[in-house]
Amino acid sequence: MKTRFNAVVTSVWNGFCSLKLAMFILISLAVLSIIGTVIPQGIPPEEYLALIGPTKARLYQVLGFFDMYHSWWFILLLYLLTVNLICCSIKRLPRIWKIVFQPETIMTQSLESSFSSIKTISSKTDVHLLKEKTEAFLQTEFAKPFVREVDGSFHLFSQQAPWCRFSVYVVHLSIIIIFIGAIIGTQFGFKGYVTITEGQSVDRIGVRSGTDIIPGFSVRCEKFSLAQYPNGAPKEFKSILTVLEKGVPVPEYTNVRVIVNKPMTYKGITFYQSSYGNAGQYFFTTTDLEGKNLTDLTMSSNSSATLPDGSSIHVLETTPDISLYSPGLSGAAAQLEIHTPGGNTEQVVVYANHPELNIQHAKNHGKGPVLHYKGEKQAVYTGLQVAKDPGVWVVWAGCALMVAGIYIAFFLSHRRIWVRIQKGRVTIGGNAHKNPASFNLFFDQLSEKYTSHIS
Amino acid sequence: MTSSFLFNITTIADLISMLLFFAFLASRSKALGFTGITVAYAGFLAETVAIALRWKESYDMGVGHAPLSNLYESVVFFSWTIVLIFLLLDLKYRYRVIGAFVMPFALLGMAWAQLGMNTGIEPLVPALQSNWLLYHVVTCFLGYAAFAVACGISIMYLIKANLTESSPASRDGRIADIFPPIRVLDDLNYRAIMVGFPLLTLGIITGAAWANYAWGTYWSWDPKETWSLIVWFVYAAFLHARITKGWVGKRAAWLSVVGFAATIFCYLGVNLFLSGLHSYGGGK
Ligand code: HEM
Repeated sequence: MKTRFNAVVTSVWNGFCSLKLAMFILISLAVLSIIGTVIPQGIPPEEYLALIGPTKARLYQVLGFFDMYHSWWFILLLYLLTVNLICCSIKRLPRIWKIVFQPETIMTQSLESSFSSIKTISSKTDVHLLKEKTEAFLQTEFAKPFVREVDGSFHLFSQQAPWCRFSVYVVHLSIIIIFIGAIIGTQFGFKGYVTITEGQSVDRIGVRSGTDIIPGFSVRCEKFSLAQYPNGAPKEFKSILTVLEKGVPVPEYTNVRVIVNKPMTYKGITFYQSSYGNAGQYFFTTTDLEGKNLTDLTMSSNSSATLPDGSSIHVLETTPDISLYSPGLSGAAAQLEIHTPGGNTEQVVVYANHPELNIQHAKNHGKGPVLHYKGEKQAVYTGLQVAKDPGVWVVWAGCALMVAGIYIAFFLSHRRIWVRIQKGRVTIGGNAHKNPASFNLFFDQLSEKYTSHIS
Repeated sequence: MTSSFLFNITTIADLISMLLFFAFLASRSKALGFTGITVAYAGFLAETVAIALRWKESYDMGVGHAPLSNLYESVVFFSWTIVLIFLLLDLKYRYRVIGAFVMPFALLGMAWAQLGMNTGIEPLVPALQSNWLLYHVVTCFLGYAAFAVACGISIMYLIKANLTESSPASRDGRIADIFPPIRVLDDLNYRAIMVGFPLLTLGIITGAAWANYAWGTYWSWDPKETWSLIVWFVYAAFLHARITKGWVGKRAAWLSVVGFAATIFCYLGVNLFLSGLHSYGGGK
């Protein structure tokens, strides 16, 4: 029983240590990630329903395809990668540790036969003198050697950059650090969005899922402006923002210029220019067909109003001077869209100076009510992305480690040289854990120089 | 002299260089290989000057920015980086034939850019007005170019492996004789990816840093981001393949080809077929 249990544990452990599993996970992550680039992520599935039909939509929903990068199976794969990485490192670390900290300092027969680069020099010089010379040579040309004497012959060993054996572990560790940073960000940070109309301030931040964040200060939009290139392409979106603590402007955060690619950070919360829009208000009155029962009606640019007969209306466009479009008429006008309870959509222009036309239109379409345009108050709002992410520096630290680790792993190598000095014969050999071709070149030059040094 | 004239010269130089390398492949005349690389150098020089000129021209127009702001400029730059990596490889290892498998990529880019795209200099939209654009684009494209070279080398590997397996002594088998030895091709493939992988890593990191700086999220699973990660996973798999038994040789070469296909999809396919934040799309 016990041994079978042990056997299972061992095989699970070996599975988690294996590079085959690593290949499998990496390729699976690559292939599965494609799904989320084809199926739009994070949009309400209803919008997608029309495109793919209800059966498929249900299936995708169950499989988590509409938010696949947060689905249980994708996260599971990332955890598997992490476990695989940790197990594999644990298994291999002792061997690397030994190579770095307990090097074989004596050139044995088996070691000798494993060298790709080796050279034997015969010499009549005394072994002690040879030892002195070799020691000095290695010290200046390569690295300070360890010297051992065994049975009257001398063994010298020296190495360069043994620590770069650890670089792969640094790379792997950096992946885990990045994951930790990401988790800190999702646990202790937020991503939100605010719209602030010019001249107004907000003190709460809407987040995509969950309750609004109350940061404890408020932000006022003093002004929003849009600059264009001569060809009409957008050049700059600019908000002027002021931070208020208990309603009082914070001096260093007054009239801060925030543009795309230049955010503002206050108390760890950052505001990014992201969009803008019309926050104007439109004023109407409604009457019945006789012009009686006057009531006021105010609409903003992004909302609609419901009329007594159940139809809903919203403003499409307004102009201060209708004569530009309809010669003969004058004054301001608004173009509205009406959705009737019967499901029809109509467009109508209502005028400020021509109540008779407004009444005429209403009569032509049956009953009332009659709409009259009274004018507008223009305003724009600025749309700001708001984010707080205390994990981001952990992520950057991980990234820096990763880049440094990859660089060292690829371009530095642990080079070792052994020299054995016997009576009448000197053997020099070596190896490198990376890039054998360039080591061989290096070794040839080194051993050449060494030969002339000792002779 | 204008930049657009020099870009045309570059396109022609890339074409001639490629044809010379093909002739070298067929004839094995060393002189042809030498002429091919010389013409490649000339084209590279012309393109370098052209890119610098275009940069200056944008300042003369009052919309000064690095010439990396739209699809045309990026394709031209991609071509430049491919030739750069190939020439560096040639300086170090002197395997000229590789040109026959790498110059076509550079030519394809230049020809498409010069013949099929609007070449006008445009002002920068607000989203691109940042120094991060330069760091991000340069690192990404240098990485992509190294992968292009690795892909060319892998194709040579696969050709040579197939020819020597199926008909070692026949005439066909000997076409690949002037290819570097199969072990060298395998090694060069690895070396090119060893250059590309850190650069792609830097490209992804600078992109994340920029996104964080401009929008407050370093990663939002936008299709372009995701595809760059897919490419990164494929090459990470390639690197580990070398340590795993049974995944070397042909399989590794195929992985390199698949990696480059994913790279090209990340660069172009995402803009053409998927939607997202990155604004190189739209082509014209
Ligand atoms: C995205 C994830 C990963 C990245 C970016 C990564 C990166 C690297 C890099 C750059 C190297 C050096 C390769 C070379 O020198 O050619 C390496 C080596 C290695 N990796 Fe990974 N790795 C990842 C995941 C894994 C996983 C999951 C395992 C688990 C088994 C693993 C095991 C190894 C091993 C055993 C080595 C060789 C170590 C040695 O040469 O002593 N890696 N990795």
